[in-house]
Amino acid sequence: MKKICIFSFSLLLFSYSSLLAYSTVPKDFVNELVSEAISKLADKNLNKDQKSAFIENVALEYVDINALGLYTLGELRKSSSEDDISNYQNAFEKYFLKSLTSRLTDYSSSKFEVLGYDKKSANYTIVNSIVTPSDGGPKIKIDWRIYTKNSDRPLIRDLIVEGLSLARTQKEEFSSILNSNNNNIKILINKLNEFVKN
Amino acid sequence: MKAIKFFKVILPIFIILIVCFTSPNAKATEECFERVSRSIFKFNMAFDRTVLRPIAKGYNKLPDPVKNGTSNFTSNIATLLSIPNSLLQGNIKQVGHSTGSFLVNTTVGIFGVLNPAEKIGLKPLKEDVGQTLGAYGVGPGCYLVLPILGPSTARDSFGLIADTFVDPFAHITIRDHELFGVSGNEIDYFSVKGATAVDFRADNDQNFESLEKNSLDLYSSLKSVYLQDRENKIKNSIEDQDEWGSLDN
Repeated sequence: MKKICIFSFSLLLFSYSSLLAYSTVPKDFVNELVSEAISKLADKNLNKDQKSAFIENVALEYVDINALGLYTLGELRKSSSEDDISNYQNAFEKYFLKSLTSRLTDYSSSKFEVLGYDKKSANYTIVNSIVTPSDGGPKIKIDWRIYTKNSDRPLIRDLIVEGLSLARTQKEEFSSILNSNNNNIKILINKLNEFVKN
Repeated sequence: MKAIKFFKVILPIFIILIVCFTSPNAKATEECFERVSRSIFKFNMAFDRTVLRPIAKGYNKLPDPVKNGTSNFTSNIATLLSIPNSLLQGNIKQVGHSTGSFLVNTTVGIFGVLNPAEKIGLKPLKEDVGQTLGAYGVGPGCYLVLPILGPSTARDSFGLIADTFVDPFAHITIRDHELFGVSGNEIDYFSVKGATAVDFRADNDQNFESLEKNSLDLYSSLKSVYLQDRENKIKNSIEDQDEWGSLDN
């Protein structure tokens, strides 16, 4: 029992220290975070649950899920009640994490390279990168929208894959659901909760 | 033969009707007729599940040289449509890239099966009439889904028909003309279009599966992806649009 406790604690400490280890310079932050994620996801010694846990930890720590949730809600975020927003953000976080782990746990190894960056404003830097799949598939351009208002804690707000913004796609999907349901946020929350349950 | 009749006669009539009955001021986010589009989308998904996806899965099991050769061959033929459209857009540099790429790949690249043009720095962008109209400032018009062909807008649907008048490959196949002593037939045209569709579907198999699995409303997700992609292709760039300004919490 003691051994299990020490092992669990060491594991927790290791995960925590590894989560704190990334640079605060946006370009290096993306490079270090993604490189570590690639090595973890391609590690055949880790099972699916361990990979899911890793993805969830990284997402909770380094993705601005709250802002992403508000962005995807569109104009409705201004007119909804605090309770509704709070319920929506809870549901959105669970939905986001489930959707992210489902996309990434079957990941196969790729080469990742940061090409450069473009500081858009004091709050945003776009980091340009390229992924070369190891199976010889075509290279994929990925731009990372990094929120840098707090320069000590950069956060990912969006991924633009070959020019397609994942946040915008999500926002337009939610907008369609809201439009066809009289802008009823509760219906969107229900749909997000249903997705998480299934 | 029924399939060819569908693409040659019924689909153009369908598209012309849409273009005639839609407002030119409509935004792409507006639907031409959402209920019909959603029904066509369901049909397209069923077609995908029963026909396209199984073929694409089989195609993905082929050796890489076969897949790459098919992809190069169909891309090389598609370059023919890019040449007049780049010219119409006044993009002389791209005319050079497209023409050079087609000539090099058709000759040195053995009828386009290989892609030596890429190795010497020729990078043709895919252009069509929809993009040319967009470059002229014509808005997308409303959004719709075409049977088999998938997401489109009023402008791009019109462009699809216009493509068959501008595209030299369509000229020598479905329009029964001859160009530099070369001619073909309808089967050549639809075989190449079919191979292009299978190659595209196979290339994006995992992306489609992931999107399908993680979407609350797949119809809207695909609509967003299509509209973003067309915007980028018209601008010939993938520059991010800053819509986050009001979220600097």
